[in-house]
Amino acid sequence: MIRLAPNGARVDPGTFLLGIFRGRDRKWWFLSVAMWGGHKMGSSGSRFLGGLRSGFRGAQACCPRLTTSQAVYSKNQLSWTLRIKPRVFSEYRIMWFKSRSMTFAYLSKMKSYRLPWTRLYGTSQTTVDSSEVKTFLALAHRWWDEEGVYAPLHSMNDLRVPFIRDNLLKTIVNHQPGKPLSGMKILDVGCGGGLLTEPLGRLGASVTGIDPVDENIKTAQHHKSFDPVLDKRIEYRACSLEEIVEETAETFDAVIASEVVEHVIDLETFIQCCCQVLKPGGSLFITTINKTQLSYALGIVFAEQIAGIVPKGTHTWEKFVSPEKLESILESNGLSVLTVAGMVYNPFSGYWHWSENTSLNYAAHAVKSSVQEHVVPAKFALKGETEELRAEASHNSGVREELKR
Amino acid sequence: MAAWLAGSRWGAAPAAARRDLLVSCRRWAGTSADTVYDVVVSGGGLVGAAMACALGYDTHFCDKKVLLLEAGPKKVLGKLPETYSNRVSSISPGSATLLSSFGAWDHICNMRYRAFRRMQVWDGCSEALIMFDKDNLDDMGYVVENDVVLHALTRQLEAVSDRVTVLYRSKAVGYTWPYPFSMADSSPWVHITLGDGSTLQTKLLIGADGHNSGVRQAAGIQNVSWNYDQSAVVATLHLSEATENNVAWQRFLPSGPIALLPLSDTLSSLVWSTSHEHAAELVSMDEEKFVDAINSAFWSDANHTDFIDSAGSMLQYAVAFLKPTKASARQLPPSVARVDAKSRVLFPLGLGHAVEYVRPRLALIGDAAHRVHPLAGQGVNMGFGDISSLVHHLSTAAFNGRDLGSMSHLTSYETDRQRHNTALLAATDLLKRLYSTRATPLVLLRTWGLQATNAVSPLKVRDCSQLSKSLAH
Repeated sequence: MIRLAPNGARVDPGTFLLGIFRGRDRKWWFLSVAMWGGHKMGSSGSRFLGGLRSGFRGAQACCPRLTTSQAVYSKNQLSWTLRIKPRVFSEYRIMWFKSRSMTFAYLSKMKSYRLPWTRLYGTSQTTVDSSEVKTFLALAHRWWDEEGVYAPLHSMNDLRVPFIRDNLLKTIVNHQPGKPLSGMKILDVGCGGGLLTEPLGRLGASVTGIDPVDENIKTAQHHKSFDPVLDKRIEYRACSLEEIVEETAETFDAVIASEVVEHVIDLETFIQCCCQVLKPGGSLFITTINKTQLSYALGIVFAEQIAGIVPKGTHTWEKFVSPEKLESILESNGLSVLTVAGMVYNPFSGYWHWSENTSLNYAAHAVKSSVQEHVVPAKFALKGETEELRAEASHNSGVREELKR
Repeated sequence: MAAWLAGSRWGAAPAAARRDLLVSCRRWAGTSADTVYDVVVSGGGLVGAAMACALGYDTHFCDKKVLLLEAGPKKVLGKLPETYSNRVSSISPGSATLLSSFGAWDHICNMRYRAFRRMQVWDGCSEALIMFDKDNLDDMGYVVENDVVLHALTRQLEAVSDRVTVLYRSKAVGYTWPYPFSMADSSPWVHITLGDGSTLQTKLLIGADGHNSGVRQAAGIQNVSWNYDQSAVVATLHLSEATENNVAWQRFLPSGPIALLPLSDTLSSLVWSTSHEHAAELVSMDEEKFVDAINSAFWSDANHTDFIDSAGSMLQYAVAFLKPTKASARQLPPSVARVDAKSRVLFPLGLGHAVEYVRPRLALIGDAAHRVHPLAGQGVNMGFGDISSLVHHLSTAAFNGRDLGSMSHLTSYETDRQRHNTALLAATDLLKRLYSTRATPLVLLRTWGLQATNAVSPLKVRDCSQLSKSLAH
């Protein structure tokens, strides 16, 4: 899919640039509500990725810069999103029309922000916090406005919560009525304001929600604090996945990465991390956007309409992932894919529904292979043994496969 | 089209003993102030109690905390009184299904109710009549005293006391509504202040507090309403001889419909809607004169005119010629011998409809959302229909881990019920107006309409199924 570089630069998947293009993700959402999916991690993904990068490559130095640029664009985003109601979008034709006008608005904004951004890029983090974080906080509160900018995410719960619930219920023999998921430990990666975390908590699971954006976690924390039941069941942490991989290896019955993987810079590492924190036999749930001709075509046309501003060929289509690609990565990490189902958003009704067609959004469920029966009681085994297993599972897939046999 | 009375819930708030009030409030305030409930039902009448009960028995609500607020004291029906109460409801098969879904219907069966299998509705100004006959099918409905239904509900609520808390003698005096979505330091829940000053919070407030709903007023929901120029007189009547008594009778007099609902072989319940002055007169006159008035209301031909009669019989001949098979034979209503002492009560009639049934974290059910003329006997059944729908949506929401007060499923409830209730309200209002007149063209129209409907059995069957469907909802 075509990615638009507002300042005319070629998109480079560098940590620094990701901060800029978070705004672009948002615009994609405007372009095609049916294909949106950017905004959950759209506001958080880049820093999340930044975390990933810094964690794996030790590039800590880029973090402050990233934060700076991000704050600028979050202000930018706020001004667009407050103006635009997602439900006014109709089918592609109209969306197309709308997205154009929006893009112009966006671009004019971008222009006015380009310079300040350049300036802010060099300033320290504290100067940004004072004004920009406040603005971002205002947007962060919009997480819980069911009619607001995150309405499609709210209504997506009608699909993804039953999807997760029903697949997990298959693994629970006697579930308690009223809280069917009780006893389950779930990790929600990129939880945002906790839109998916809370429903899972209400179903009885103990959920850990992580998100690299502090403001999101603050909103989520604040929102759950009013509910005494959820307050006990949910734990939020402002961190990236790889920061907790070590301490939470093989702890979770399920890991959820909803609308996250399309923002992940290194999908294989990300999936590897997901796999590491999963218990053997645990489930990984992913919802994301497909990489198809439809989205590609839209992107091309879109780019052409705004010709001259967006250079042709500037895209990060690679970051969207097709079910086949995802499946192969999952399989190579020892996860077997059980379900892939298409999801379609109807912008008229504001509801999602399941579809045979996975060409836009889709959901996937994969299960981590359980080690052979004599190894299964590993959780009861001595700590040393468990760690050995973990080490094997995480670092040496060859050994793990041997273990499986 | 016909049917009956709903002894819809009258404001049930017998004066509470002050001492008890203080005791119960203090005890409660000491233990659970500031509790966050999942659902609070305001109003413990038939509909409110049934709502709490239905939630208490729902599988997906096992882990939820439900509270029922009732202004009156707990009514314990130790032993069923010999005399029948004058407050009765016609319970449709659909409502009975709802009641049996949480076990309340069994209690009712073990106490007392009367099933009716036929309905006869006829015009006071002509010979036109329509007969709904369900002999070959199930019961058309059940006449049950409100006290019996409430007792059954109370028994069932006691059985789920771990999930449903009931606060008797407590009334909400203030509500604080949340912002549409969570703002900086505001609580997202509805805050309720009780009469004794204690407060509690809830994720969803259900207003079931009758047609003068305090919840509806506090939420500022607009209510379209008007009063009819009629009052209803209810009474328990003794028939002159024991009969099978499984027919519900209704006659449309120009002053208003009069209905007789079976209670037992020898007893029937009366609902007579008539002008305010006439109603007051009926309640105050001596018993013998009252009985005469009832008998003549069912039997008198005083309002007939020769023209309408001959027009009616012409159509009747035509029908008989075209369709020689007999239409259902006219049955004669039982004659009334006497009235139960002190069973005569009068209450004014009106129509009301809330423009919105739901707001964020708020839903209205029963008479709080709609008030209807008793001529169709739908008041309480519409309320039970609201419960079925709302419980269905809430149960699904709970199983999907949704916030119970979220508008997405509340609006589905509103759409479901308004579609059904507005149609029924409009039909009832139209019938009331159509039959309140003596104007010859309208009388002719309704006479022929009724006769034709009665003659054409497919139409009647459809009507009947429509009727039971509407009863069922």
